[in-house]
Amino acid sequence: MKVPNESRTRGEEEALGEAPGAAGEARALPGEPRRSSLWRDAGHRLAKNKLALGGAALLVILVVASVFGPFFLGQSYFAQDLQLGATPPSAGHWLGTDTLGRDLLARLLYGGRISLAVGLCATAVALTIGVLYGTLSGFLGGKVDALMMRIVDVIFALPFTVFVILLMVLFGQRFVLLFAAIGAVQWLTMARIVRGQVLSLRRMEFIEAAEALGLSKARIIFRHMIPNALGPIIVYATLTVPSVMLLEAFLSFLGLGVQPPMSSWGVLIKEGAETMEEFPWLLIYPGLALALTLFSLNFLGDGLRDALDPRAAKD
Amino acid sequence: MARGGREKNGTAGVSSPLLRVEHLRTSFHTRAGVVRAVDDVSFSIGQGETLGVVGESGSGKSVACYSLLRLIPEPPGRIESGLALFGGLDLLHCSEKELRAIRGDRISMIFQDPMTSLNPYLRIGDQVIEPLLIHRKISPRDAFEAGVAALREVGIQDAAKRMCSYPHEFSGGMRQRVMIALSLITKPELLLADEPTTALDVTVQAQILELIAKMQEERGTAVIFVTHDIGVVSAFCDRVLVMYAGRILESGLTAELFYEPKHPYNQALQRSIPALHRRGAELRTIPGSPPDLMQPIRGCPFAPRCEFAQGKCVTSEIALKEVAPGHATACLRVQLGEIDLTPASVAAE
Repeated sequence: MKVPNESRTRGEEEALGEAPGAAGEARALPGEPRRSSLWRDAGHRLAKNKLALGGAALLVILVVASVFGPFFLGQSYFAQDLQLGATPPSAGHWLGTDTLGRDLLARLLYGGRISLAVGLCATAVALTIGVLYGTLSGFLGGKVDALMMRIVDVIFALPFTVFVILLMVLFGQRFVLLFAAIGAVQWLTMARIVRGQVLSLRRMEFIEAAEALGLSKARIIFRHMIPNALGPIIVYATLTVPSVMLLEAFLSFLGLGVQPPMSSWGVLIKEGAETMEEFPWLLIYPGLALALTLFSLNFLGDGLRDALDPRAAKD
Repeated sequence: MARGGREKNGTAGVSSPLLRVEHLRTSFHTRAGVVRAVDDVSFSIGQGETLGVVGESGSGKSVACYSLLRLIPEPPGRIESGLALFGGLDLLHCSEKELRAIRGDRISMIFQDPMTSLNPYLRIGDQVIEPLLIHRKISPRDAFEAGVAALREVGIQDAAKRMCSYPHEFSGGMRQRVMIALSLITKPELLLADEPTTALDVTVQAQILELIAKMQEERGTAVIFVTHDIGVVSAFCDRVLVMYAGRILESGLTAELFYEPKHPYNQALQRSIPALHRRGAELRTIPGSPPDLMQPIRGCPFAPRCEFAQGKCVTSEIALKEVAPGHATACLRVQLGEIDLTPASVAAE
């Protein structure tokens, strides 16, 4: 798509771009043509990407449903009805009930709170630490870089489960620790990716040029380096969310994550998988929720990456 | 306004140089050894002057240029010694903060490859006005206006609209124009141009050279022009330094350097310009290759390739010495008056 557009004649482009170009100028004139041009342009490009917008919308719906849904549902996620047992979806229980007769929809929504919170928060934590750490390491270079990366290697080498168990034993079984434990592991890869990007950017001429113009280090990092490294960062972040959700399921399976009667999507999927043959809906709906989340994240991530790259703009 | 604040007294050019560099030594400490990229280089440049620095790849011309703004990656690079006095401040030893205040404001730089010296993620406009935003107290709106004016000045059509374009929408020549606009927007006193036309077509090259010359004339900016293209130097520079193996072998006014070469290396360089050869004649080259800068060099670095070399060229230390007014050479035999070199243009007849 991009290549033919590139070769489109200047005149045509000019003619096409006439109105938006003038509008863009008017936008840029008053006030702040500096800070946010990248983000604003990215916003415009993102707005044109239907798939990404759809992903974002779906994500919002899932979040809103998980946060507010339980208030309106009128079903409790822990009330058991052993007489009822597992029933397929019906008017009373829209998504059916599990083997203990608990309403699946309620469990799904409550579980969504946990899963989405873990997924998004842990990723945000990993993203922040990883990007800052990696950028700093790559930018400072030399001995500092070597030291910082050895620290990453050491943490990487710790067996994850042992690490989490250690945390739980030391600080008691608290939900916050789940974030801490997952975040502590996930930022490592992010830091490595960002460092690699920064290292290659470090010797690019435009970074040298920025230095020759008298820019401060902070300005070079935040204005010139991080935007150029955003593509891989975003892609990796969208991959981190699902892996974090699955990690949470794994920890819960070991009894280190959320405890019954609380649930999360990971826990529901695990339970559903055990009784898959008799009660398939117990696997299908939680699986669907997770899959939808991952899809929308991927579409959104893809869209964001494209939107942030001005070279992919004209279409 | 702050921008017009600094007055330039163009007449004081020769007596008080704008920048004086003394005994600059820069080396790179690699695993294989120490590379002496710039070895005891001294020169000065007056206000509004154009100084050409020529030499082949690896002669230290770019490193010397980068050293002035301390843009050498450290490590492995290190500025071992020297002074670079610019308006009373030693650029090589001042604080990082003082240096940042000078970079991009009073001394700017243009780079070799315009395709990679602009940030692909930022609009042209944002990049052009960045030096203003850093170095001046100026409102974004005024900066934007200044940016449009700067782009217009370097011959970019429809400048106001182009401010919102991204670098990939520009051709190489246009980008170099943007770089020039960007580096001159603060009206610097000195412009370091590191092979600014090497990556461009010949026709575009001429336009860019003309543009730099025009801007320089209008603003009285001094330019240090680093290049390996002798033709460019002869057309463009007031004075020329010929560098080889990290040292200056000859320096003088452009015309004198071409018509009265005082160093065999300079002469050999000129002879190897293809344009001066008769059609069908074999292209002349300089036999041998430049010395390994990791080994200490005694005497003249060019001696192993020099047709006039004698034993004393290798055994004695040779300094750059003036042999005619304003014309200095590091050739011992020329200094002693033993040989007289003919200019390449005559030799080609």
